[in-house]
Parts: sequence; structure tokens; C-alpha cells
Amino acid sequence: MTKVPVAKEDVATSDELVVLKSVNKHFGALHVLQDIDLTIARGEVVVVIGPSGSGKSTLCRTINRLETIDSGTIAIDGRPLPQEGKELARLRADVGMVFQSFNLFAHKTVLENVMLGQLKVRKADKKQAEEKARALLDRVGVGTQADKYPAQLSGGQQQRVAIARALAMGPKVMLFDEPTSALDPEMINEVLEVMQQLAREGMTMVVVTHEMGFARSAANRVVFMADGRIVEQAAPDQFFSNPRSDRAKDFLSKILHH
Amino acid sequence: MFDFLDKYDVLGAFWTTVQLTLLSAVGSLVWGTLLAAMRVGPVPLMRGFATAYVNIVRNIPLTVIILFSSLGLNQTLSIHLGAHDFPTINFRLAVLGLIVYTATFVCEAIRAGINTVPVGQAEAARAIGLSFSQVLFLVVLPQAFRAAVGPLTNVLIALTKNTTVAAAIGVAEAAFLMKQMIENEAELLAISAVIALGFVCLTLPTGLILGWVGKKVAVKR
Repeated sequence: MTKVPVAKEDVATSDELVVLKSVNKHFGALHVLQDIDLTIARGEVVVVIGPSGSGKSTLCRTINRLETIDSGTIAIDGRPLPQEGKELARLRADVGMVFQSFNLFAHKTVLENVMLGQLKVRKADKKQAEEKARALLDRVGVGTQADKYPAQLSGGQQQRVAIARALAMGPKVMLFDEPTSALDPEMINEVLEVMQQLAREGMTMVVVTHEMGFARSAANRVVFMADGRIVEQAAPDQFFSNPRSDRAKDFLSKILHH
Repeated sequence: MFDFLDKYDVLGAFWTTVQLTLLSAVGSLVWGTLLAAMRVGPVPLMRGFATAYVNIVRNIPLTVIILFSSLGLNQTLSIHLGAHDFPTINFRLAVLGLIVYTATFVCEAIRAGINTVPVGQAEAARAIGLSFSQVLFLVVLPQAFRAAVGPLTNVLIALTKNTTVAAAIGVAEAAFLMKQMIENEAELLAISAVIALGFVCLTLPTGLILGWVGKKVAVKR
């Protein structure tokens, strides 16, 4: 399969924030990531799409080493991912992550969820941490829910809190691992709108999603994965109107026309 | 038929039982939590130690442990735990033995609690940059404890009754008093009834109160 040159007209190529080089990973006999090369520039929004089991979630989780890799290198802001330990924790603090199942700390209030990392990792002053947390919660539109527990919120609200929790760390890059896949249909947009706004503000984002509308409107680049490989990457317009690989044509024909 | 009780300090004996229970409960909660932390931790040596400790100690009869703490630690190795008179030494040795034994059950109750916490909770905690111990003590264990209140209540009730083994090394708690009374008095049924009632008075409220606490602190998901 031919690699398509990446369209990066609005991004400086020298400023590489996340660099994956020949990354391989196996789950037992399954070769889930096969020679992945991917470079994400500062300020770039990369949407990763592909059929289930193609390795896109795994790819996303390797970037902050929630999944280890078997070979290859991953570097963030020029520094290779360290082994498990203090150094890795420090790096993870700079990489925001939003999960499919929200994963808000169930025993803490919404406000405490957004403050925890600031207090314990950034060693921020309590008052400043609370101010920042409340501002972020207002920004994602759940400011009035600050004193509730996660289970009292709707899925869409929980996911927006999760975004606020990640933003509270002042991350260099945000990873979204199917952020809307566990949501009721009417709540998907409220989360996507927050993400759209983040993208407009210049946040570097890696988004694994099935939301083609988001990919079209917010992405600088679409990465199409199948069977553990990056099959094709292109600007969204080009990818959706004129996919080059048969695999991508097949995938798009199944999801776009029915 | 309960006149004979006037000659004995029943309340005093049960007070010793309560002291044994509370001190051992606190000690075994701390030691058991540390054991659980070691068992789920990333260091193979600690994991191996905690696993071996739990599997060995919980399978030794408590009587053997308590007797060893007196005969082995005290009389053979001359360990006094900072006390000088025999009643205090034996009391402290009994507490030590109860902690060593009960911590294994606390560890397993907490480990079961940890298993109720979804993996995503720890992943989210790691993703914001918390260290292993912060993930454990700030996110996982607080939720694990809430899920473990029920099993821990069972452990506490068992511990309350297990304190009677301390009588084997002469600690003057309720069962020790019962033996004395049985030797000196004729009202055997009354003696058994009084001691049994005493224990029910201690453990029944424990179960009811902690049952309520367990519901109150349960994590909603």
C-alpha cells in the first residue's frame, strides 16, 4: 500500500510534538500495531479512524504509555517516553487523556476531580486550583454541577468534566480515545462542541473517533488505520471525497451511504 | 442465680476484651492495608513477600501464633515490647499476635475491594501524572475500602471473638474470667450465658453500625 504525502499546509513541519517511529505491539499472537510511523505537529488536530480492532485505540494509549510497545520509539516534545516511574508520571501530566468510559474518580466530586492533579502533581495552591477548576468547568458548561458526584451527571456532562480534568494539567497534547462512543446520541454534540472549540484554540489533539462529521470539520489530518497499520493519511476533504486505498474506500462506503 | 457475679470483675474483663479488639483492629487494618498494597504493587519482591506471608500466616491456628509470641518471642528471645510486668507484656504480645494473624484477612478483604474498582479509575489517575503510590492511596484504596466495609466487618467480628485466645497466655479478658468462674462456681449455664451475652453485646452493634456505614459510603457508579 502506498503512503500518501501528508497535507500540512497550515502547520510548521519542524515543530514536531509527538513522533512515533516503527512502533510494533502484539497482544499475544495478534500483531495489533505494525510498523507505525506517525508525526504530529504542535497545534495539529489528527483524527484516527478505522474499523473496530484496527489498533487505533491501542495507538492512542501507547502515546502516554498506558500500553507498552514491543519495539520502536515514541517521543513527546523531543523526549522519548521513559520507563514506568517518576519520570513517566511527569510526562503523563503533560499529556491529557480522555477515555471512552469517562473514568471520573467516582468517590470525588466533580470539582475535586478537576483539582486532584493540580494539587498532587502540580503542587498548586488550593485556592488557585479551585479557581482554575471552576473556570474550566464553566468553560465546558458544567460549572453548576461542581459539587455533585460523577454518578449524578449525564454521560455528556461527565465527559466534559473529564475534558476539564485533563485541561487542568495544562497539557501539551490531548488524546481522545473514542470520547463519544459511550454516549447517548443526543449528548454527543455537547462533547464534540467542546472539542471543536479546543481545536480552534490551537490545542494539539489526537482523536480516535467514529464521528466523521468531527473529522471533516475539525481535523487537519485524517489517519486511516486497518489491521494494525496506517493505511492512508490525508487532509479530511481529500480523504472523504477521494480516498486512495481500496480499504479506505470500502470503509467509507459502509459508513457514509446508508 | 447470678449472685456469684458480684465476686468477679466481669466489666473489667470485657473492658480488656474491648482493648484487645480495638488495638488489634487498628494494627491489623494498617498492616493489612500495607500487605494489600504490596500484593498489588509493581515490585516482585514485595508481591512475593506479601503473598507468602498471607498464605502462611492465615493457615496457622491463632492459638499457635499467640503461644509462640509468649513462649517464643518473650521467654526464648526475651522480647518484652517495652513493658516490665507480666500482665502488660502478655497483653502486648497478644495484641501483636492478633495483628499478625488478622492482617492476613484484612489484606484479602481489601484486595477483594480493590478488584471492585474499575481499571479505568487507575488509568485515569495515571494519565494525569499521579505516581503509583498516589494512584493507590488517593484513588484506588479509598474506593476499595468503601467496597470492603462488609467483609471487613466480618473480620472485625471474628477478631472480637478471637481475642479469647489471649486467655491461653494469661491475659485477663472475658474468656480467662470464664475459666476462673467455671473452676470456682457451680452455675455453669449462667456463666456461659453471661459471657456469650457479653460478646453478642459487643459484636451485634458492630455489625449493625458498620452495615449502615457500608451503605452510606458506598461508591455510586
